[in-house]
Amino acid sequence: MRHGIRIVVGPVQFRIGSDWAEPIAALETLYRGYPQDDSRPAEATVRLFAARPWRRWIRPSVHIGGDFVVPDALPLPLSMGLLAAEMGMNLQVALGWRRHMLLHASAATKDGRAVIMSGESGSGKSTLAALLGEGGWRLMGDEFTLIDPASGDALAFPRAVSLKNEAIAEVAAQVDPARLGPLLAGTPKGDIRHLIPRADAIAAMHEPARPALLLFPRFGGEASIEPMGEGEAFVRLTEASTNYVALGEAGFAALTRLVRDTPAFGISYPDSAAGIALVEQLWADAAR
Amino acid sequence: MPDPAYRAAPPGALRVEPLGELTAIFDRRSMQTHLVVSPMPEILAAMGADDCDAATLATRLAERFDIDGDDAVQPILAERLDELAAMGLVARA
Repeated sequence: MRHGIRIVVGPVQFRIGSDWAEPIAALETLYRGYPQDDSRPAEATVRLFAARPWRRWIRPSVHIGGDFVVPDALPLPLSMGLLAAEMGMNLQVALGWRRHMLLHASAATKDGRAVIMSGESGSGKSTLAALLGEGGWRLMGDEFTLIDPASGDALAFPRAVSLKNEAIAEVAAQVDPARLGPLLAGTPKGDIRHLIPRADAIAAMHEPARPALLLFPRFGGEASIEPMGEGEAFVRLTEASTNYVALGEAGFAALTRLVRDTPAFGISYPDSAAGIALVEQLWADAAR
Repeated sequence: MPDPAYRAAPPGALRVEPLGELTAIFDRRSMQTHLVVSPMPEILAAMGADDCDAATLATRLAERFDIDGDDAVQPILAERLDELAAMGLVARA
């Protein structure tokens, strides 16, 4: 690869190579405040490569490769190289990571305890975590939360937050513009703009937190709270985990422990302010 | 009606974790997770080490729980045993 960068996000050391300079330059900007450890071997490798050598110059499109490859992953135009890099990083972790149970969930922490929010794309879990991270919380991650099978603790994966569509303006109004990446308009996921997490979230990204609250947010409808039983939370989290099956009994043990020890709720909310208010309300009870 | 006998999984093969109304069962042999509801956990617990058919099971469960050991229970248990066998949690003897 002609261009490359190493990035540490939580426990994962990435090595990203690219046929083009642009995506690497964009990553350097987003991840300039992250710790660097070039001596450590990479645990996940992402390659952004041209389909044919000449495609590097003529209507270039980015293919995503790495240790794990999804055969029908769409090539993206070069203007979306940053999105391709993000997708590649997600893919390598989702498919390759074995040391922790990986939950497709956002998380934030306060006083050493964590709220974990799991939901489909569009549930608002990413926006809620980003907004909590701008308030009195430390953002742990907007996409993945790792659970240590030995301790049951949650570990942070604070990659650059991927703000989508309406969330872009909402969060941008609250943060220093220097913390925002370029607007990626019209991607397959809509408009995307990355937010660099606050410096405290990056500095403390290796500090684990004890799960204290499990939330399953759903954007839309009136504000409501629905207590969730251990069994349903277990089922939902097996679906939200990308490596539950691969971890075998360690994953089973980690997940049964998580749902037994952590109160779980489904929440619906009409807007972010209402969503944050519900999180804070449930947190006040859970953190007692 | 035939009443086939079934055998429980060997000791240590299953890890059974009650989670409220559901019970999660990890089968160490297949590495599969099964989620079941009552009366499956009760059936597994009542199987014992020897071959066991629905009639025997009905008697044992009647002793442990407040259910009648009447004729209606046995065919239901036979169906549940068949389902547990399909999941690999018990085996036809």
